[in-house]
Amino acid sequence: MVEQLYYEDIAVGSEIAPLVKQPTTRQLVMWAGASGDYYPIHYDKDFAQSRGLPGVIVHGQLAGSFLGQLMTDWIGEQGMLRKLSCSYRGMNYPGEALICQGKVTKKYVEDGEHYVECSLWVENPKGEKTVSGKAIVILPPRG
Amino acid sequence: MAEGSLNIDELKSKIGVEWEPQVYEIERGMIRRFVQAIDDPNPRWQDIAPPTFVWTIGLEKFQQQVSALAPFVSTLNGGTELKCYQLVRPGDVVTAITKITGVRERQGKMGRVLFITLDTTYKNQRQELVARCQDMVIGNLG
Repeated sequence: MVEQLYYEDIAVGSEIAPLVKQPTTRQLVMWAGASGDYYPIHYDKDFAQSRGLPGVIVHGQLAGSFLGQLMTDWIGEQGMLRKLSCSYRGMNYPGEALICQGKVTKKYVEDGEHYVECSLWVENPKGEKTVSGKAIVILPPRG
Repeated sequence: MAEGSLNIDELKSKIGVEWEPQVYEIERGMIRRFVQAIDDPNPRWQDIAPPTFVWTIGLEKFQQQVSALAPFVSTLNGGTELKCYQLVRPGDVVTAITKITGVRERQGKMGRVLFITLDTTYKNQRQELVARCQDMVIGNLG
């Protein structure tokens, strides 16, 4: 695994190594089963098209979980994801890449905890931000 | 789906009323299926669940309850804010309790649209707060 990230290692403006996900319709079905989200817009093409969409769409919370992974990969085992917010602005479609990215916007110490705030987003291959988000994490300090 | 036309005042009267608690015993297999579904190879997720796993606790029931609130043509997830206080482990018994915190109505291009905000708290078997989530559901009434 990746080495542990420490509070001192990052600066405001630091970028998080992107995580690229390529969900298939099979992955959407796996998510439906694992999450209990059986809304047909995510597996029934006819239903999705009857609702004005070109086809089935990726579950918002699956894309949100990809942003969760972006953060847990980055903060390591000793880091704690305290808050994750996602705003779903556009559709993601299976077969397309979801490019998960983020950068540090703020760092501060409060009540002895070392907090880092990040702005997060998911881009599709056209460069459109389909999800925008924010995370607050707690990192261990060195020493 | 609810029959007939929507009574917005009746829906607003449900603000703040807690839904029936959803109690889930967390098994290792549930976490494994979740991790496979998000395709996260981190070996950490064998004995502990990733933070967003809590979204799935009571989700099926949550969606049934949401779709029964009004005769929606379709619903979309507008956004979510998850606060994590501790990670869930196999053997934990997590209780999810949801309530509606706000209802707004707007006339959009596609017809009437409802913006419903909901708040869910997740507690474990020791009554410790595990997570809290605020969701925004966008319901299209056609």
